[in-house]
Amino acid sequence: MSSVEVRNITKSFGRARALDDVSITFEDGGFFALLGPSGSGKTTLLRTIAGFSFPDTGTIRIGARNVEAVPVEKRDIGMMFQSYALFPNMSVADNVGFGLRVRRVGAAEERRRVAEALDLVQLGDKGGRMPHQLSGGQRQRVALARAIVTQPKVLLLDEPLSALDKTLRVDMQIELKRIQREVGITTIFVTHDQEEALTLSDRIGILRDGRIVQAGTPREVYDHPNSAFAATFLGEANWLPDAALEGLQLPGDRTRHRFAVRPEALTLTDGRPATGNALSARLEQRVFAGAMATCLVRVDGEPWKLVARDRDLPEMAPGSEVWVSWTPEDTLAVPREAAT
Amino acid sequence: MAEITAPEDRRRLVTLLSPAYLWLTLAVFLPLSAMLFFSFLTDLPQDAPDWGFTLENYLSFGESEVYATLLWKSLKLGVTVTFFCILIGYPCALVLARTIKGRARETLFLLVILPFWSNSLVRIFSWAIVLRGNGVLERGLEAVLPWDIRLNLMFTTHAVVIGLVHSYLPYVILTSYLALQAIDDDIVDAARSMGASTLTILRRLLLPLSLPGLLAGAVLVFVPVVGSFMEPRILGGRHGTYYGTVIEDQFVAVYNWPLGAALSFVLLAVVLLILGLSTPILRRART
Ligand SMILES: Nc1ncnc2c1ncn2[C@@H]1O[C@H](COP(=O)(O)OP(=O)(O)O)[C@@H](O)[C@H]1O
Ligand SMILES: [Mg+2]
Repeated sequence: MSSVEVRNITKSFGRARALDDVSITFEDGGFFALLGPSGSGKTTLLRTIAGFSFPDTGTIRIGARNVEAVPVEKRDIGMMFQSYALFPNMSVADNVGFGLRVRRVGAAEERRRVAEALDLVQLGDKGGRMPHQLSGGQRQRVALARAIVTQPKVLLLDEPLSALDKTLRVDMQIELKRIQREVGITTIFVTHDQEEALTLSDRIGILRDGRIVQAGTPREVYDHPNSAFAATFLGEANWLPDAALEGLQLPGDRTRHRFAVRPEALTLTDGRPATGNALSARLEQRVFAGAMATCLVRVDGEPWKLVARDRDLPEMAPGSEVWVSWTPEDTLAVPREAAT
Repeated sequence: MAEITAPEDRRRLVTLLSPAYLWLTLAVFLPLSAMLFFSFLTDLPQDAPDWGFTLENYLSFGESEVYATLLWKSLKLGVTVTFFCILIGYPCALVLARTIKGRARETLFLLVILPFWSNSLVRIFSWAIVLRGNGVLERGLEAVLPWDIRLNLMFTTHAVVIGLVHSYLPYVILTSYLALQAIDDDIVDAARSMGASTLTILRRLLLPLSLPGLLAGAVLVFVPVVGSFMEPRILGGRHGTYYGTVIEDQFVAVYNWPLGAALSFVLLAVVLLILGLSTPILRRART
């Protein structure tokens, strides 16, 4: 197990820059999620770390070793693919044992470690099956067992759960987290699903147009987004209109910051509350969803969204005048970007 | 193949397939049955009014050693040609399917199937021009090498093999290519991430996964080569007598259609027997 250090990596395809001066550190034993919209360079970064492609400039270190010029076969990594990529001509046990056989560990050792890995993913009795005889979730587990059985330095996963349906995906997330903790392997996980990133990881990195926009623990990034992009990509944000800022307690300078409030930080009342920041609004729609309810309101013409426990909301008809309020500490101060 | 459950599905399938089966019946089974009928006759009905049924034609295969010897020679030719087609064709397909990408692949692919576009006689005579004494090949080599070249390739078994390999190579390349390019790139990437070398990937993944395509290609080469007559006749000269040329002689020179038909069915039976016997062995080799 090792840390992974990426320094000033650039990678272009023709004239398009897929990675633009990316630097990021993945700590030993951590679970790291790379989050970003489609085309932001997540796969390119992961495959560069894996060694399938090489950076134009920059360095990559796995543990103490500089690997930017080492091909994937020699990097000692484990990788899991979205398509599972199980070998269809081999049994489950042979799939899992493939990397061990390549390393010539010997038949007895191979059998022991394959059994161990299959037990870890709770498929101890399925070693003799062929991949096509397994369900989607089971194939996923085989792919995971196969990726970690050689005890690689780092485990790389490229949107491994996106082919599964919702319930199975949540099960696999929990399972993946458990196995990662048990094995303690440094894990880099690519996803475009923010919920998945928040559930699984100790740290996340947000990518946009081939750059790391922000990296940190999920709470850091969620509570202190450093850009409008980060604020809206991880979670949702209600932006305070410039005209409404008068009289509010704000945590920053309005010329250099924009301000936003998360939907769950807002309270909806029919009268103006005594303390805190408050703005008058018009209720547009109230969507009941079991214990929680989502309200769509309009503040100075801006559409806002708030989420609250349904029983905490006053009975009000759409179209009525309401107040939205929040404690001043819940205001996000997001640095204004030079371009926008 | 997927299971067909609903009756309306089955009906639709029958409707859709019936033109194909009709065509198969007309184009394959009717002529084949006619030939089978001929093979049991003493004479063709239109030639001799006193024709009758006999097993004589089949028995004559056993009476003379010539036929069995020639059949054995033809089978050996089939094995040789198939072997070289695989030896040359599979690596070509491998390079085409796994390493070359984009436009270059399409262009190369067209070049591979080019032999299909030319008339086979033209192709064979071109080889005759290339291979004959003081022909294109010898002169070309003499121009490069300082000493006298006497290859004497024309009218040898080698010439027959060269001509046949050239004609049938595209089958192996095509079927292997189709099987190889169907293999998901992620599978190869996964193997690489586990530390597998190119050779290991070829031996344990690409080869087993493309074996059905390779075998289909081998069968497509072996079967017609065993019965071939044009290449042996033109390129083989004195050495060009094979089982196929003897059958052709019965139809066009000797005009003994019943014997020709009987010899053809012996060939068909032997080829089917070989394919039938090799199927279980190959199936075991796959796993
Ligand atoms: N092999 C390639 N050739 C050309 N462009 C590529 C290639 N791979 C990725 N790109 C480009 O690089 C950018 C990042 O792609 P990718 O890393 O796949 O994004 P993501 O995985 O975040 O969706 C995209 O604009 C994509 O078009
Ligand atoms: Mg991707």
